[in-house]
Amino acid sequence: MSAQGARIGVVTFPGSLDDRDAARAVRLAGAEPVALWHADHDLKAVDAVVLPGGFSYGDYLRCGAIARFAPVMQEIIAAANQGLPVLGICNGFQILCESHLLPGALIRNDHRHFVCRDQRLQITNNTSLWTRDFELNEEIVVPLKNGEGGYVASDNVLDELEGEGRVIARYLEVNPNGSYRDIAGITNARGNVVGLMPHPEHAVEPLTGPTTDGLGFFTSVLSSLLQGAAR
Amino acid sequence: MARVVVDVRLKSEILDPQGRAVQGALGRLGLNGVTNVRQGKQFVIDIDGELDAAATEKLHEIAGNLLSNPVIEDYELSVEQA
Repeated sequence: MSAQGARIGVVTFPGSLDDRDAARAVRLAGAEPVALWHADHDLKAVDAVVLPGGFSYGDYLRCGAIARFAPVMQEIIAAANQGLPVLGICNGFQILCESHLLPGALIRNDHRHFVCRDQRLQITNNTSLWTRDFELNEEIVVPLKNGEGGYVASDNVLDELEGEGRVIARYLEVNPNGSYRDIAGITNARGNVVGLMPHPEHAVEPLTGPTTDGLGFFTSVLSSLLQGAAR
Repeated sequence: MARVVVDVRLKSEILDPQGRAVQGALGRLGLNGVTNVRQGKQFVIDIDGELDAAATEKLHEIAGNLLSNPVIEDYELSVEQA
């Protein structure tokens, strides 16, 4: 497959906000974005999927709790378990945790305020399908904006994530939401599913973002697809 | 008719920022000595007819998968037959 030919799906749920930015990031990285609809049992044969940020179903019940049962998620859960690359950003990360594709959960920020800032991160895993274009321990800056971004899990789960190198990014300088062990993003054991609370899709062009550091996530999955690492 | 009540609570080891905010307000309203506040959710579900074992089992499945997140929450389910 050529990078030109890669098709990356971006799901729109009722209340998604960042689906257009995610599609734009996919395009700038060199792939073709494909719109996926929450109510369809159809992944349109895409090579990877992005679950964008926003407030699916108004964040009712718990963030991501209702989206998890959307028809498109049944397809994504099955495909992710077969190795399909899936990146969940912010609300997408919450949906992946609610779907149990990733361990742990995201709860209200410890300081109870919505936070919106350009956030420094350290990339702590460059082997997942979504982080392989980064240098290990590379520092990047991307926007962060969340009200319920506190990553929590039991000590056993946290030890396992750290022991297996599955924490893909940590907050530097400030822990903006009370996430345990400064965790900003994690991956599953296979490395195809990644959840990230900050927003790389908002840092893909100098005009509109603080940096272009976010592109690395999207070019990483293209590299993975090209090298046949996915699936 | 059956009324099913599901109470959802955060597990004790999970931080509850909303409960903490309420605790602060209680102090400001002059209620002293409050050592902890935990905020939960209650779902009241009315169902036509008698609740059979299969429906009760289905309700537990829903309470444990949709109404609560087992990673951070516990639930209690009670049934009142009217």
